[in-house]
Amino acid sequence: MKILVFAEQRENKFKKPAFEAVRAARNVADQLGGEVIGLVIGGAVQSIAATLGGYGATRVCVAEDPRLAMYSPTAYAKIIAAVAQAQQADVVMLPATSMGKDLAPRVAVKLDAGLAADCIALKVEGGEIVATRPVYAGKALTDVKMTSALKMFTLRPNVFSAGESADASAPVEAASLALADQDFTCVVKEIKQSSGKLDVAEADIIVTGGRGMKGPEHFGIIEQLAQALGGAVGASRAVVDAGWRPHEEQVGQTGKTVSPSLYIAVAVSGAIQHLAGMSSSKYIVAINKDKDAPIFQAATYGIVGDAFEIIPALTAEVKKLLGKS
Amino acid sequence: MKLAACINHVPDTAAKINVAADRMSIDKTGVTNVINPYDEFAVEECLRLKEKNGGDVTVISLGGDAHKESLRKALAMGVDKAVLLKDDGVRDSYGVARGLADYLKEISPDIVFFGKQSVDYDDGAVGVMVAEMLGLPSVSVVVKLEVAGGKAVAEREIEGGREVVETTLPAVFTAQKGLNEPRYPSLKGIMGAKSKPIEERPLTALTAKAALVQMQKPPAKPAGRVIGTDATAVPELVRLLHEEAKVI
Ligand SMILES: Cc1cc2nc3c(=O)[nH]c(=O)nc-3n(C[C@H](O)[C@H](O)[C@H](O)COP(=O)(O)OP(=O)(O)OC[C@H]3O[C@@H](n4cnc5c(N)ncnc54)[C@H](O)[C@@H]3O)c2cc1C
Ligand SMILES: Nc1ncnc2c1ncn2[C@@H]1O[C@H](COP(=O)(O)O)[C@@H](O)[C@H]1O
Repeated sequence: MKILVFAEQRENKFKKPAFEAVRAARNVADQLGGEVIGLVIGGAVQSIAATLGGYGATRVCVAEDPRLAMYSPTAYAKIIAAVAQAQQADVVMLPATSMGKDLAPRVAVKLDAGLAADCIALKVEGGEIVATRPVYAGKALTDVKMTSALKMFTLRPNVFSAGESADASAPVEAASLALADQDFTCVVKEIKQSSGKLDVAEADIIVTGGRGMKGPEHFGIIEQLAQALGGAVGASRAVVDAGWRPHEEQVGQTGKTVSPSLYIAVAVSGAIQHLAGMSSSKYIVAINKDKDAPIFQAATYGIVGDAFEIIPALTAEVKKLLGKS
Repeated sequence: MKLAACINHVPDTAAKINVAADRMSIDKTGVTNVINPYDEFAVEECLRLKEKNGGDVTVISLGGDAHKESLRKALAMGVDKAVLLKDDGVRDSYGVARGLADYLKEISPDIVFFGKQSVDYDDGAVGVMVAEMLGLPSVSVVVKLEVAGGKAVAEREIEGGREVVETTLPAVFTAQKGLNEPRYPSLKGIMGAKSKPIEERPLTALTAKAALVQMQKPPAKPAGRVIGTDATAVPELVRLLHEEAKVI
């Protein structure tokens, strides 16, 4: 049994979800008996490839070409499918990042494979992989099995543990590439960073402000708390629709799905569409002056009170703690 | 310019979802269905492209008769043609994509728009699968699009920013919130849509590549703990986050 894992890198650095996917594949391979083959695609990525061994990769294939420095869905998908076939993979896994989610459906069609998207658990039952994936924005969970010969899974970031990197390096081999110009008819020309800010989709701690913050000028205290915690700022849809915060910060059913270790919801009522995007967070703190706000139902800890009083006090207390320890 | 949008008909996002007794589907009592929110952005973008470049817009939905309701909504927004690919079977992205791709091949549009994902099964797969089946490039999760001279430049949302993607046409795009503000159908549009025909096409059985084992409600979380009612509770909250949860 062979599991091929697409290990996403940007600027020659693996994304954390790439390590999570390699480790998750290793856990499955340990139960079914088999190997985990990493796949790295990029402009010049040879030097980082071997480190996947530390997360459980048996060996690593590298697809290098200057034209691959910028992401191209058509070219990348072609490579993943070709390597899966050359390596006779039984399973292909990708992180459910923006890149992984863009690639997986295309690769699935090329390989005639069933695809389980955005999985939050993988178990082995009767020699088969059963994936758990949320549906209806997490209001229900499904267990699914792929019935095709080759099976594909994308794994939700921040859910599977990458574990510590062992001191192991995997043997690296070059993937044979047969790229033509028409594989690059669709290609990224430029990346616009949102001012170096940490993205909610990648943050381990998120502080979200809702409409109860009363105006964009009051988000300074949210930003300060996020900064003290080393986290990202999130926003409810009400806040985004009012133009107080940019859309990329929106958490929820029509925003981003997040599962950080700590989610602090400030002056957010906890509408069902908001909960859909954040209820899988490990710890949730709610701060709201309405004791009946639904957000308290989802929260681990809550303070019923005025955000304008509590948030500055919380920031000060966090600074005190982190300054000390 | 020939434009097409594929739309799904899904439970309202405000609906309470309960799992049916068979543990293989949701309990449909009291659940109202609407056009998939992301697909409204897809329809709107097609209408705007038509207003700018001329052409016509076809909307397509694959499913049972109930999907006609969302097709009528799109007609009321102003699309030229609505097509129902009739299928009442259990869905799987691969099968749905195959059904849609077969039809799209016949009409070969310059641009096909999808939503970024259906809010029922949350796959986010059908649009890009169709692109691959048609042999077309695609840009997913698009928040901005410019089309000129047989090319398109699209911006897609990624972690921490946006990718600017250039592609040749014809191409497939999937819409993310932020792309546009969908119009409300006018009264005239709504009245007109009632009498417009919806073309129906039977589908041969779609083959699925995924099988549902079971469906269940997520495990209930233990009730949250209210620590206090003012700023004096803050030190205790920080202590709990540090010592009990160990997240800071
Ligand atoms: C199709 C669809 C998709 C949607 N998708 C999303 C989504 O992705 N994300 C999302 O967030 N929403 C989404 N919504 C909107 C959602 O239904 C709610 O309208 C929205 O989440 C409300 O935002 P809010 O909690 O900031 O505002 P409100 O509901 O207005 O809540 C404000 C809260 O602030 C509290 N408050 C006020 N003053 C203070 C104070 N001084 N101190 C402490 N607390 C205070 C109030 O008690 C209240 O609970 C969607 C809706 C639809 C129909
Ligand atoms: N049954 C369907 N009929 C028409 N379009 C669909 C259907 N299912 C999904 N789509 C389209 O595919 C997109 C992605 O859906 P999904 O892969 O199911 O998340 C949706 O936003 C729709 O544009």
